[in-house]
Amino acid sequence: MKENLISLGAIARKEIIRIFRIWIQTLVPPVITLSLYFIIFGSFIGSQLREIEGYSYMAFIAPGLIMMSIITNSYTNTVSSFFSAKFQRNIEELLVSPTPNWVIILGYASGGMVRGLSVGFLVSLVSLLFVRLPIHSLFYTVLFALLTSFVFSLAGIINGVFARKFDDVSIIPTFVITPLTYLGGVFYSLSLLPGFWQGVSKANPIVYMINGFRYGFLGISDISIFIGLSMLVFFSVALFSANIYFLKKGVGIRT
Amino acid sequence: MNALSITNLQKTYASGFQALKGVDLEVPKGDFFGLLGPNGAGKTTTIGIITSLVTKSDGKVEIFGVDIDQDFPRAKKLIGVVPQEYNFSIFEKVQDIVTQQAGYYGIPRDAALANSERYLRQLGLWQKRDSPARELSGGMKRRLMIARGLIHEPELLILDEPTAGVDVELRRGMWDFLLDLNSKGKTIILTTHYLEEAEQLCNTIAIISEGGIIENTDKKTLLRKLDHETFVFEVSPLAGREIPLLAGTNFTPVDETTLEVTKTKEQSMNAIFDHLSSCSIVVESMRNKSNRLEELFMELVNK
Repeated sequence: MKENLISLGAIARKEIIRIFRIWIQTLVPPVITLSLYFIIFGSFIGSQLREIEGYSYMAFIAPGLIMMSIITNSYTNTVSSFFSAKFQRNIEELLVSPTPNWVIILGYASGGMVRGLSVGFLVSLVSLLFVRLPIHSLFYTVLFALLTSFVFSLAGIINGVFARKFDDVSIIPTFVITPLTYLGGVFYSLSLLPGFWQGVSKANPIVYMINGFRYGFLGISDISIFIGLSMLVFFSVALFSANIYFLKKGVGIRT
Repeated sequence: MNALSITNLQKTYASGFQALKGVDLEVPKGDFFGLLGPNGAGKTTTIGIITSLVTKSDGKVEIFGVDIDQDFPRAKKLIGVVPQEYNFSIFEKVQDIVTQQAGYYGIPRDAALANSERYLRQLGLWQKRDSPARELSGGMKRRLMIARGLIHEPELLILDEPTAGVDVELRRGMWDFLLDLNSKGKTIILTTHYLEEAEQLCNTIAIISEGGIIENTDKKTLLRKLDHETFVFEVSPLAGREIPLLAGTNFTPVDETTLEVTKTKEQSMNAIFDHLSSCSIVVESMRNKSNRLEELFMELVNK
């Protein structure tokens, strides 16, 4: 077990060094993008809108925007790092070693979480320039951030496992994650939607993550946070198991 | 005990190509073993299976008695591998690449740093420890992969074409390094296209062709199988002289002062020299036309 922990530490260290070595690519762009969201949607447009459930529009969207940055960066980090390791073939360094698959997965996921949560933290700091965010429950805020980051880090690894060319790295973030995030209640409350679309929205797992995280800050949510937590635990287990299966089968990494 | 024992190893790729057709191989502990074969013969597939990069279709592989199907992690700890192509992140620093690899084998960071310093110094890379790998020359990259392959002190070191593209001086330096490792008890398996390299370094040589082992014996026994040997003689000007026939020998003038002499194993060099002297031809120097192992290799794989 001690050897596995050393191995996990080595993978995590490598991933973290990578994130901070290329900080201009990994940390700065999302902070700039999210700052623009705060300025345009929160400040310019939001100032013209009425309050939602007792909070200014800026305060309402801030948790969603922070969560959006966590989701996107956790995913992007693992998919690009894992694919890059395949492309440069340095994934073989791990494959020839006795490192178990679960350690490889947790190692890469830790990198995704460090990046996702680092960007989330920086975006949170930026949000404080625009709005004073209360914290209703630090426990739920941290728990939703950690679990969501973990889930999307795991999903990014699966994308990395199957990616064969650089285009494959950006397809899911562009065509799946971004639309689901925008439709996941970042900018609006589900209660503003007609009944049918509320039902459709509840099929979007990101709705539960954003609302759970918003509950941690503001104490308001369109859904039950316990359902949200249950979904996150379910996705964590399902995606972790899927990763174990794919690595064991050697999909994309062994011939 | 054998360092490596392979029984009926088979590999058929998804495309249907059968790369290995039942390879049997034993490498004794402490041996310097050469695995030779033409491109596509199955060398890299064999190494890939031993190191887990390729999944076997059938057969059994044991590393120091540890069956890879039973306990691959334990078997992997006994193996260090230096692959044919560069497979490290070119953006990472030299020492980071080596110490990370140690971490993957569960070696604590303090010990990893100490080991990395030792091997990077031995391989002349210590001055480059903080440089990104992309700034290294081709020879330095090869040495980096050797340092990385040794960082966890494996009992068996497998090198796949380690000196490809390396200049002569550096190649000789790497040979000395590998011979020194072997003299200290490390088992080494080498694949190479440089047959001179195999002849210089290896005690035992196996030849693989079309997915099967066609020869596997100690070097001396193998070289004794060479039926013919060709030499190039630098001689005094031939001036149109006809060389009479000599049993077991074939003389082919290349130019006015160069003679190619092919002799059977039974024919002695003394008889050839005497024969040329009787024709008033003076032999000024001689050399093998090609490496002896190369001649044998060509003979075996072309059968």
